[in-house]
Amino acid sequence: MATDARSEPITRRRGFQPADVVPWIGLLLVALLVFWLIVNFVKTPGDFVSIALEGITLGLVYGLIALGYSLVYGILELINFAHGDVFMLGSWISFAVAAQWLNLGPDSAGATVIGGLALTLLIAMAFCALLNASIERVAYRPLRNAPRLAPLITAIGMSFILQDVGLNRLGPAPVSVPNILPTGAVFTIGGIAYPWSSLIVAVSAIPVLILLVWLVQRTRQGRAMRATAQDQEAAAMMGINVNRTISFTFLLAGSLAGVAGLLYALYSTNIQFDQGFTLGLIAFTAAVLGGIGNLPGAVLGAIIIGLIQQFNEGLSWHAPGSDWTQSIVFAILILILVFRPEGLLGERTPEGG
Amino acid sequence: MAESRLPEYSQPWYKRWAGMPGEWRSRWRGMDRKQRFKVDIVLRAALIVFLLWVSWPLALFVAGLIVIQYGEPYLPARLQPYGRFLTPTVVVIVVLLYPFYYASLGSMNILGDYPVLGTMVVMGVYAMMAVGLNIVVGYAGLLDLGYVAFYAMGAYTVAWFASVQFANHKLHFGAVGVGANTPGIHISVWLLLLLAGLLTGVVGILIGLPTLRLRGDYLAIVTLGFGEILPQIARNGDDLGGFNLTNGPNGITPIDPPGIGHVNFLTGSGSFWTSERLFFWGVLLLVAITIFSSLRLRDSRLGRAWIAIREDETAAAAMGVPLMRTKTWAYATGAFFGGVAGAYFASFKQSTFPGDFSFNISAFILSMVILGGMGNVWGVVFGAAFLAFLNQQGLADIGHWFNDTFGTNLDVPKYQFGIYGLIIVLTMLIRPEGLIPSARRRAELHEGVHDTPLYDMRGAVE
Repeated sequence: MATDARSEPITRRRGFQPADVVPWIGLLLVALLVFWLIVNFVKTPGDFVSIALEGITLGLVYGLIALGYSLVYGILELINFAHGDVFMLGSWISFAVAAQWLNLGPDSAGATVIGGLALTLLIAMAFCALLNASIERVAYRPLRNAPRLAPLITAIGMSFILQDVGLNRLGPAPVSVPNILPTGAVFTIGGIAYPWSSLIVAVSAIPVLILLVWLVQRTRQGRAMRATAQDQEAAAMMGINVNRTISFTFLLAGSLAGVAGLLYALYSTNIQFDQGFTLGLIAFTAAVLGGIGNLPGAVLGAIIIGLIQQFNEGLSWHAPGSDWTQSIVFAILILILVFRPEGLLGERTPEGG
Repeated sequence: MAESRLPEYSQPWYKRWAGMPGEWRSRWRGMDRKQRFKVDIVLRAALIVFLLWVSWPLALFVAGLIVIQYGEPYLPARLQPYGRFLTPTVVVIVVLLYPFYYASLGSMNILGDYPVLGTMVVMGVYAMMAVGLNIVVGYAGLLDLGYVAFYAMGAYTVAWFASVQFANHKLHFGAVGVGANTPGIHISVWLLLLLAGLLTGVVGILIGLPTLRLRGDYLAIVTLGFGEILPQIARNGDDLGGFNLTNGPNGITPIDPPGIGHVNFLTGSGSFWTSERLFFWGVLLLVAITIFSSLRLRDSRLGRAWIAIREDETAAAAMGVPLMRTKTWAYATGAFFGGVAGAYFASFKQSTFPGDFSFNISAFILSMVILGGMGNVWGVVFGAAFLAFLNQQGLADIGHWFNDTFGTNLDVPKYQFGIYGLIIVLTMLIRPEGLIPSARRRAELHEGVHDTPLYDMRGAVE
């Protein structure tokens, strides 16, 4: 084909080019990481496996948040900065409903816990979905034809507003959530127990992810979303209500943030007004790592980030420790954007590089 | 389209209100010069009346500036070339003499007292940072969310070379008011300001080189990442392989003050050269240099290249503007001013802590630039001074006024970041060009010039 011929370089470059080194540096970094993991595995296999399980659990929670970034980015090419804070408010409303209003706690009966958490989940999802969609309506829609940095800046502003709401609701200090889920061990590996609460969190994230994939891949609304993501004008000509589709995407992303908020509150039993900022950035990194706009990629990236975070904080041989978690995550973000801007599963588009 | 626009009277009230700024704007567009002049006069008169209600000296000052603005064309022909210096001269004189009269100004309605000298120093420092960020965001159109990294770099540079941090080394060079036997490195703060600027500029280049190839919003995220990494290094830097670089969360304190001759800025000299006045005049000098360089840079070849890139990257590249080099220079110069400002601020506070450098500061400086008007130095300086004033003392006073007037019991400073967020959102929605816009930027924002990146085929085909 003609395009193939054109993609061949016209003149072959000779000699050493600095750009040639870049992929090798990337490979070297990955090799170092793998070596470090193998050494740790050999030294303490028991710890390694249980930390990995915790990492996957945490990664699934991150994945729910990362999907919200990815969905919105896919359709609007906008980094929804406020998404992390929607997630934080989801945690807050879950806490308010489950612990303060329904008085769930470690002593509640099993049926009460299940019913109460189901109600909390519904409320959190509805709250976050509506919040996210109204943010889109108020702050992003009027700027749809503005230069692309304008909605990004309003997104930062919205993030500030929501964070301030969280600050006034939750206070500046971390708020501890009672252990609503059972904390007994499911199984014990190498002396470290994998608690029921982690298992429940991991297991409840999976159906949400499957449901989402089904919704985007198989339903009419999902097809409308994909069409709008590809080309808004053409989608509109095909009779798709673009504004409603975008609103629906924000509803969907918001409800995922609500699920993530509840699960995170149950999992970490500690919520804070600025968790949306820190975890939001981690989740965004995950979305970029997997290839932003790519839904399975977001989950994969999130699991990898969750693993890296837990390995960093838990392993014993030359692990930098929790002081450096944020730096490591951001370093990954920067390296990914420099070396492979399309992410692990994304296709190479001209946009990232 | 099937839906037709409802007549105004049958629209719900909120829609009528929401449409008003756009309606005003379109009316303004339809006016000719004379009509616009009349509207301008009315608006300015309204501003003066409002300021008279706030505080009469402020109203007098602004009225003076407006008179100069309108009077300039009527100067005798011989003086015409000097007309453009009139406003800066008046502003400089008024501000220079501020320490002598601010105590007798009384207080403002709503806003409370006039800023004290300490607040003025902070306002000046933020003005420098905002002007620096304006080079990156306003001129070159690159969104930088990690500007606080440069501020931190400047602060730590002066902390390393003008304190007892490295007590094992002893080096004294031009430091004023430091005993001859004090351990540690003590170099003159004025030299360190320059050094801090240069080092920060180098950091800016290092951050920029790998990342500036990225598209706008990716760049924003990466800079945000750097803005988080650098303070974390500062926080964990008390044990980098056994070496205490930053003293960790305890920060570095005390940092030497600047000095002239034998006069130390911290102790001052006599009742005239008090410490606060010295710091105030010092920051004024730096702000003046910053504004001057920023304006000259804007009109230079490099500055025009920045603006060309902001307006249309593809066209600029086609005209032979080297994209990477020009963007990197924008980063380096923006970082330079951030570093100088950070260094002076650290020297003023005599301390630097990792906790001072959160993302909130980056966003705070960004909101100054946006509120004032991206691209316009005067607007940015105004935005910085106003927001820094609110942050330092205005917000608390507004809170008192609000509680007294409405009988509420709100702790307004608790809502400060919500208020800044609201300012950012409302500015972008209602007046994206800022309070005092540059005409060029305003045209871009309203005509919807798209910053389509180079090689973005999706954008090019549309």
